[in-house]
Amino acid sequence: MIEIRNLTYEYEPGKPVLKNISFTVEDGERVGLIGANGAGKSTLMKLMLGLLESTDAVFADGVPVKKDTLPEIRRKLGFVLQNSDHQMFMPTVAQDIAFGLLNYGMGQTEADRKTDEVLNQLHVSYLKDKYNHRISGGEKRMAAIAAVLAMEPSALLMDEPTSALDPENRRRIIQLICSLPQTCIITSHDLDMILDTCSRVILLDQGGIIKDGPAETILRDRELLEAHHMELPLSLSRR
Amino acid sequence: MNRAEKALHALKQMDELTEMDSPVHRLSALSKLLVTLLFILITVSFHKYDLTGVFMMALYPYVLFQLSGISFRLCIYRMRYAIPLVAMIGIFNPFFDRDPLLQIAGISISGGMISFLTLLLKGMLCLCASFLLVSTAKIDDLCAALRRMHVPSLLVTVFMLTYRYISVLTEEVALMTDAYHLRAPGQKGIAFHAWGSFLGQLLLRTMDRAQELYAAMLLRGYNGEFPDLQKNENRTASWIWLITWAVIFLALRWLNIPDLIGRMFMR
Repeated sequence: MIEIRNLTYEYEPGKPVLKNISFTVEDGERVGLIGANGAGKSTLMKLMLGLLESTDAVFADGVPVKKDTLPEIRRKLGFVLQNSDHQMFMPTVAQDIAFGLLNYGMGQTEADRKTDEVLNQLHVSYLKDKYNHRISGGEKRMAAIAAVLAMEPSALLMDEPTSALDPENRRRIIQLICSLPQTCIITSHDLDMILDTCSRVILLDQGGIIKDGPAETILRDRELLEAHHMELPLSLSRR
Repeated sequence: MNRAEKALHALKQMDELTEMDSPVHRLSALSKLLVTLLFILITVSFHKYDLTGVFMMALYPYVLFQLSGISFRLCIYRMRYAIPLVAMIGIFNPFFDRDPLLQIAGISISGGMISFLTLLLKGMLCLCASFLLVSTAKIDDLCAALRRMHVPSLLVTVFMLTYRYISVLTEEVALMTDAYHLRAPGQKGIAFHAWGSFLGQLLLRTMDRAQELYAAMLLRGYNGEFPDLQKNENRTASWIWLITWAVIFLALRWLNIPDLIGRMFMR
């Protein structure tokens, strides 16, 4: 469970980018975090992951996100970056997947076994010994997700997981997200993908929560979306 | 294809060379690295007039080219920018050292000319050996070998990340160059006055990437030390390779092989 309690954050004094945010994400829930550019989605993600410091406002499974608890928090929360090139920094896919496991004290043999297991789970075993800079964008995204899943996090945070993907790879990622048992928090401008994957949506604008509710309801509300610089998902606007 | 894309293509070709299968490719990276280092050390240690001695050192790259199946022409092609630089270092030797050192068919050859040729040959051989190393050993194996040699983790990390991200950076340069040329038709290269902002943009983008990359590392437990990269255990063949070449190099350095061969024929 992820809990945010009265979170306010400002980069510059007097200019809060997040204002009094509170919500709870239950285990296994898939939540879409939507909003126009500058709404505060990325800042909120960084605060959840402890990449920005907050004071007793973010909790993962009851553990507050603060300096002392970061190793534990980062084991619980996996983060898939928008640009997979930034996430996959080791030379080969297998080494990248094993990176986090070895850092958390797993032995090489066990890490290799886990790497094989997670690649099999995502049906991308053929990527194992490939160089990260020589695989396609879709493969990089799958490998990046594999690297995060290998850590067995209780929740996954994803930043634009379908950006810059072709339709086939986009579909694969959507199917994968739907099949994951973990809690997922997804930020994206791809509202069709949010509609396909999330049961709940939180709409942010100017640092505040505008609406928090079922995805079907919020994503069908044309007036609400347009008032906050967004549009209906394409699949709904055609109906 | 612009220059940056060509560089990217060349990098890809180098990767493909490391994926070939040959007796040399199958040796451990550590033994190849040690043999290359020893080769470079021994080659540069020859006296500046010992042209025949340095020439004998060509045995190593010759054998490697034969065993690995890597093209000598490709090696020369890749070295085309480095060879003139090596030549520049010794280009003035013939002007400063004019004392005749030997005579061939009545033509006296100065010490400066011999030292220039020796230097050029040393440079070419060292470049050849380095090329052969990076085209027969994968980068991660080389990093593992460097860690085995107790090279500081920070240096190995920087080396590995540079290799990993050079393609990303080159892609960025290629995109920026294309974007520039689309709005500057007819211009050859990037105008002098645009270099500042071009490089500034590149630096800013690189810094953004670096920050995000560092965040990704932190999120997976990075604490300043990369996990152990070692994976290839030295096999018997690798040890034999290392010892054999060490003996050959030392023999070539301290025994005057051309002189020995000459004496055999004189008798």
